[in-house]
Amino acid sequence: MSEKKKWFTLDFGFNKENATTTTSGCGCGNTSGGCNSHKPAPIEPPVATSCGCGSTTGSCSSHNTPPPKNEYTITADEFDAAVEDTMVGETQKDGFQQVFDVKMDRRTAFRKLTASLLIGAGAVQTSCSAIAGEETKEKAQIDWEEQFKGNYKLMTQEERDATVKRLVRSYQLRKKENISMSATDASEDVLFGYAFNISKCQGYMNCVSACVEENNQDRNSQMQYIRIHEMKDGEGFKFNEADDNYYHEVPAEGHFYMGTQCFHCDDPPCVNVCPVEATWREKDGLVVIDYDWCIGCRYCMAACPYDGRRFNWSKPEVPQAEVNKNQHYLGNRMRKKGVMEKCTFCIQRSRSGKDPACVEACPTGARIFGNLLDPESTIRWVLENKKVFRLKEDLGTEPKFWYFMD
Amino acid sequence: MKTLRAFGSMVKDSLGYITHGSKTYHIWMIFLTAIMLIGMYCYSIQLEEGLSATGMTDRVSWGLYISNFTFLVGVAAAAVMLVMPTYVLHDIDFKQAVLIGEGLAVAALLMCLAFVIADMGGPSVLWHMIPGIGVFNFPNSMLAWDVIVLNGYLFINITIPLYILFRHYQGKDANPKVYIPGSILSVLWAVGIHLVTAFLYEGLQARPFWNNALLGPRFLASAFAAGPALIILVLAIIKRFSDFKIPDTTIKKIAMIVVVAAQINLIMLFSELFKEFYAPTHHSESAYYLFFGLEGKTALLPWIWTAIPMNILATILLTFHKLRNNPKVLYFCCVLLFVAIWIEKGFGLIVPGFIPGPYGKIAEYTPTGIEIGVTLGIWAMGAFIFTMLAKTSIGIELGKLRYKKGKK
Ligand code: SF4
Ligand code: SF4
Repeated sequence: MSEKKKWFTLDFGFNKENATTTTSGCGCGNTSGGCNSHKPAPIEPPVATSCGCGSTTGSCSSHNTPPPKNEYTITADEFDAAVEDTMVGETQKDGFQQVFDVKMDRRTAFRKLTASLLIGAGAVQTSCSAIAGEETKEKAQIDWEEQFKGNYKLMTQEERDATVKRLVRSYQLRKKENISMSATDASEDVLFGYAFNISKCQGYMNCVSACVEENNQDRNSQMQYIRIHEMKDGEGFKFNEADDNYYHEVPAEGHFYMGTQCFHCDDPPCVNVCPVEATWREKDGLVVIDYDWCIGCRYCMAACPYDGRRFNWSKPEVPQAEVNKNQHYLGNRMRKKGVMEKCTFCIQRSRSGKDPACVEACPTGARIFGNLLDPESTIRWVLENKKVFRLKEDLGTEPKFWYFMD
Repeated sequence: MKTLRAFGSMVKDSLGYITHGSKTYHIWMIFLTAIMLIGMYCYSIQLEEGLSATGMTDRVSWGLYISNFTFLVGVAAAAVMLVMPTYVLHDIDFKQAVLIGEGLAVAALLMCLAFVIADMGGPSVLWHMIPGIGVFNFPNSMLAWDVIVLNGYLFINITIPLYILFRHYQGKDANPKVYIPGSILSVLWAVGIHLVTAFLYEGLQARPFWNNALLGPRFLASAFAAGPALIILVLAIIKRFSDFKIPDTTIKKIAMIVVVAAQINLIMLFSELFKEFYAPTHHSESAYYLFFGLEGKTALLPWIWTAIPMNILATILLTFHKLRNNPKVLYFCCVLLFVAIWIEKGFGLIVPGFIPGPYGKIAEYTPTGIEIGVTLGIWAMGAFIFTMLAKTSIGIELGKLRYKKGKK
């Protein structure tokens, strides 16, 4: 890393990470404790005839009708064996079974069983109905496994791949269309940062609409990650008098504009408060949410000093034709109701080397994005040559989002 | 084995006991059941539509549910004000009141948990929060702490009275060596649930209205006023409707607790007001909104201006011995205090935390009918549970419920 760090007080943890970098594959950015994905998946003896509900003995009490064909989750070999015993006449594995054979160790099985007894009654009913057709059953199986999967941050690589596959397949089954979903991990030596040129922004809001389209945000409630604040010239940054919801021609005479969104704080208060670790800081500085792990308590929303988070108060809807099919598990994949979401710096784009949609859409070039650890990047140039500042620095959240003027 | 049989018989007896009662009792229970059903219906709508059925938005993301939760934690914690003198100091006066107080704590805690669940966006994945199965962000998240302390407190408050009642049911005396350590633990624990709940808000640098060192102590003071005030009212009702003897000295002593707590609470309120309005900063805007409204938005004014005079009036009245010793005045003041603190520690605490928003946006919050329905339903559930608990313990204490050894 460059020695002339005159532009930030932020400890990017780069040196520390150099020292402790082990294998990649842990996306949680947590180098000490908490994340067990550094280790290879424990391979325990596969459990015979484990059914989808996590019961290893077939005595899962939450089945209403004992399903005759519930052996989807065992390994291929056992599947064949089990077929001999219980499913005579149906010896062909279909594609789904080949793809979705999921190993389940005892611990997971126990977990799922307990969980199912506690809460899953509703889900069990749907997943175990024996009369349903193949596709319905497959859907139910996917729903079942999705309901009881773990926290993405703590998943092994295989588990991650499995859930991505399930989600893709689930979309295919439901909407008859294919999406591509990645789960790219953070790269080494990357730390994303953002800079916003207040002199250039004219308030066109192209960034806002590009963001909505890119990130599949709920169209009904008009959810927007970015807010553009219109402020009066000569009065300084008076956010409380600014209008962040204007509908008139821009640029309005005598006004200037300033955008806010999630700032991807380096010491994010939203992450600390989450009771279930559904949101965390990745190694490349992105603060992400596992939508499927979030319980919707909205504590993080109360903790964010920058109005960075958005909640799905109702079922989010995106017209099928407008769905962005290039998705990332931690990014713009489809959300459900009752979960938190927010700007991810377009993780699906930024991790494959592209700029976020807002940066690309901005007609004035007010938005600059890049790798803070790369001394040649534009963002580094801005930070080193402009007089930059951040909002509410006194709170100690260390946002990775700077403002500057020409 | 013998114990087990006695226990089974106690459960059976109490079930029989709570399903029988006077006409008033039945009407009361039916009334509560009806409200609970309405609440459940409202909740089913909320489940179906999502939290958009409530008045909460991205700008004000916690509302009535969390307000009630916060207040009820206080009520639950207040039970200890009775536990301490009775079990530990052998102050005989409180012995009667304490079972009632602990029943109240259990009911309040169950309501707290219900409010938290009602507030969740994804109740079906609530298991993510169960230690062992889920992932618990333990030392970091205050909410994780809160889940632990609330459940622990619930456990303590169920086991201690259960043990005592069970002994009494068998006609034996409870062994102080068993319940006194438990009582001391529960006293400390009660302060804990309160402080942790206050820290939930206090620890957010994003919300200056909450990020205030007085929040925790004020929580305690107001809780020790509102909780015992409720206990006094409940005792008064029980005295009316049952043969349960509650000596006047008990009520007087509890009233004493109420007064002291209410006075301390008022002092802290003045200190807070002084800080916010003597040298107002940017951070005083929430308080300004609460008391005077901002930019013509004044939704909370009627609430807070009901609460403050009620609070002051009740505290002043109770301060005079003559007035306090008059049951009518006492009950009236208890009602005033209870309502005032409900407003202040509920609505008046949670909602202004979000207004103005992080960038000064002022968006108001009004609960919807659904939200109010669910809230009433949960309160009815609390009252229902409490009535059952109180009836059983009164039955056992009065000796109406006794284990008959010969009986199978
Ligand atoms: S801006 Fe808010 S949501 Fe984004 S990382 Fe910081 S605290 Fe979290
Ligand atoms: S809303 Fe979701 S992400 Fe936010 S604190 Fe709660 S569980 Fe965590």
